[in-house]
Amino acid sequence: MSAEFLQFLFSGVTLGATYALVGLGFSIIYNASHVINFAQGEFVMMGGMGTVFFLGLGLPMPVAILAAIALTTLFGFGLERFAIAPARGASVVTLIIITIGASIVMRGLVQVVWGKEFHAIPSFSGDEPIMIGGATILPQSLWVLGVTVLLVLALRYFFEKTIMGKAIIATSLNRDAALLMGINVRLVLFISFGLSAALGAAAGILVAPITLTNFEAGIMLGLKGFCAAILGGLGNGMGAVAGGMIVGIAEAMGAGYWISEYKDAVAFILILLVLFFKPSGLFGKTGTERV
Amino acid sequence: MTSRQNGFKNTLCALGMVAGAFAVGTTQAEAADPIKIGTFLSVTGPASFLGDPELKTLELYIEQINEGGGVLGRQIELIQYDVGVDSKKAITAVKRLVSQDEVDVIVGGSTSGATMAVVPIVQKAKVPFISLAGAVAIVEPVKPWVFKTPHTDKMACGKIFEDLQARGLTTIAMISGTGGFGKSMNGQCTKLAPAYNINIAAAESYGPKDTDMTAQLTKIKGVDGVQAVVNAGFGQGPAIVTKNYRQLGMTMPLYQSHGVASRKFIELAGDAAEGVRLPAAALLVADMLEDSDPQKAVVQAYTKDYSEAYGGSVSTFGGHAYDGLQIAISAIARAGSTDKQAVRDEIEKTSGYVGTGGVVNMSATDHLGLDLSAFKMLEIKNGDWTIVK
Repeated sequence: MSAEFLQFLFSGVTLGATYALVGLGFSIIYNASHVINFAQGEFVMMGGMGTVFFLGLGLPMPVAILAAIALTTLFGFGLERFAIAPARGASVVTLIIITIGASIVMRGLVQVVWGKEFHAIPSFSGDEPIMIGGATILPQSLWVLGVTVLLVLALRYFFEKTIMGKAIIATSLNRDAALLMGINVRLVLFISFGLSAALGAAAGILVAPITLTNFEAGIMLGLKGFCAAILGGLGNGMGAVAGGMIVGIAEAMGAGYWISEYKDAVAFILILLVLFFKPSGLFGKTGTERV
Repeated sequence: MTSRQNGFKNTLCALGMVAGAFAVGTTQAEAADPIKIGTFLSVTGPASFLGDPELKTLELYIEQINEGGGVLGRQIELIQYDVGVDSKKAITAVKRLVSQDEVDVIVGGSTSGATMAVVPIVQKAKVPFISLAGAVAIVEPVKPWVFKTPHTDKMACGKIFEDLQARGLTTIAMISGTGGFGKSMNGQCTKLAPAYNINIAAAESYGPKDTDMTAQLTKIKGVDGVQAVVNAGFGQGPAIVTKNYRQLGMTMPLYQSHGVASRKFIELAGDAAEGVRLPAAALLVADMLEDSDPQKAVVQAYTKDYSEAYGGSVSTFGGHAYDGLQIAISAIARAGSTDKQAVRDEIEKTSGYVGTGGVVNMSATDHLGLDLSAFKMLEIKNGDWTIVK
């Protein structure tokens, strides 16, 4: 029984870490622009598919991974420069719709250029499961967890200790004041899209050996990451991480102890509950913001 | 039987000549009028691994037939719609095929869901329809205008249960996708199990886009007495189930369905696929067949044609499209016209047709025409298929 629980927990934590990374991507862009970037899931997919592509070119794994992250980051920059920036005067809703359009374009591009089939990336360090207390965990899951922790710490450092990070925070708090203080708000936006894309790509690459990937892989991951971000309070980085974990574990437990068919519903039920009782998210500032 | 078989072969051999004769004999207008074959396939989306080779196969062979002069002296025109895995799109496509494009016969429908959704339309429009989807419900009960070429899930269950019996295993667990294919096969296996004295001790399911099935498998692992696990599903799901299965250290025999009988499955599941057994059509193991196997020549020829045209390896799904097309074309040739009633009657009389899926003998009560011998039980060893004897 407890081994079962542990197994569900391992699955949940692995999934949760991915959702957390995707959720963080949502948060960063939301902070910088108040835009919910619905192309976030496509960044995730592009990371995985990009790695498949570069591996297919015969590049060694680490190079392929870096190349895929670089490519996705370029797409992030491109999305900001060619779709978001030109519409600067438009309302946030318009910008959100632009990101939905961008997500469809990216999905289509990948489908046409790299094909529609599912692909698998080899695990980073083998497929031999590790036994812990009667349950098993894949080495790849440890990679997912470890890299997620590292990325989260690195992001904290970035936002708290570096000028650029502080500039992003300042922009999120008050765009006009930040502008008056001489912060290059356009650059902040540009950087935050690139950063989100890189994070998303990393998440996509980390899970691809476990979940497989294809051009549509980003849709569900994007939605779950969005749930994570909402659950934790939009724009709250640590909230997104906690939200991701909660969604992941709730899903695994739901599938394990309840009905596995409704696994996806668990995340959305959680969202509904949170929106009913604490609309600003579990860790969000209570809603005086932006009336 | 034998005479019909010969007659059939003669028909095929003579097709070119007959075609030539007709081209001379008929008026210019009629000769120019192409025979329209309609199709709707899952060329994109999660079932694209079905629709993609199916469409490629149809295009390849229609081109070949046209180069050889067509059928009845008429060229063949393929009208295709990509319907993804959306039954609504399938309905729209088929409505268009029958009313706007006015096709003579439909060969298509990659998924059981799409096929079942359009059955009422073709039945009403009275257009011969050869489906390329798996579910047994497509031809049971028999619908006058609906035929199919792929093995049914019921046959797959039978083949798996036969193998279980041979290994002396009686208690199994099922894990099934919630998509049309998984649901249908799960139902068929459950119905068929008592006939083989098989006890299904646990049944779990997963969504078509799920990426983690460890929870379901952990539950199965906790059930006492389970001796084997059968996974009914297609797409990437079974590959993930296989990976998760090994991750959890489960060692009892794992059976997959014919739904994942393609190289892609071995590629996706990697080392985890070792030892997995599944029923599949002869096409998959063309070169391993005994020389005496009547299918050997057919499947080798198809494999050669397909891989020369598109590269890569063949899947049984493309083979289903090949069979569907050949059955439709020879029925039209035998009927001597594209009169829908005559073509339907001729399809129903198909007999002794050796295709990639098996030897087809249709009748008024059997619109599939295959028996269990059409399946080979395969085991994955060293990343390749082997035939279980």
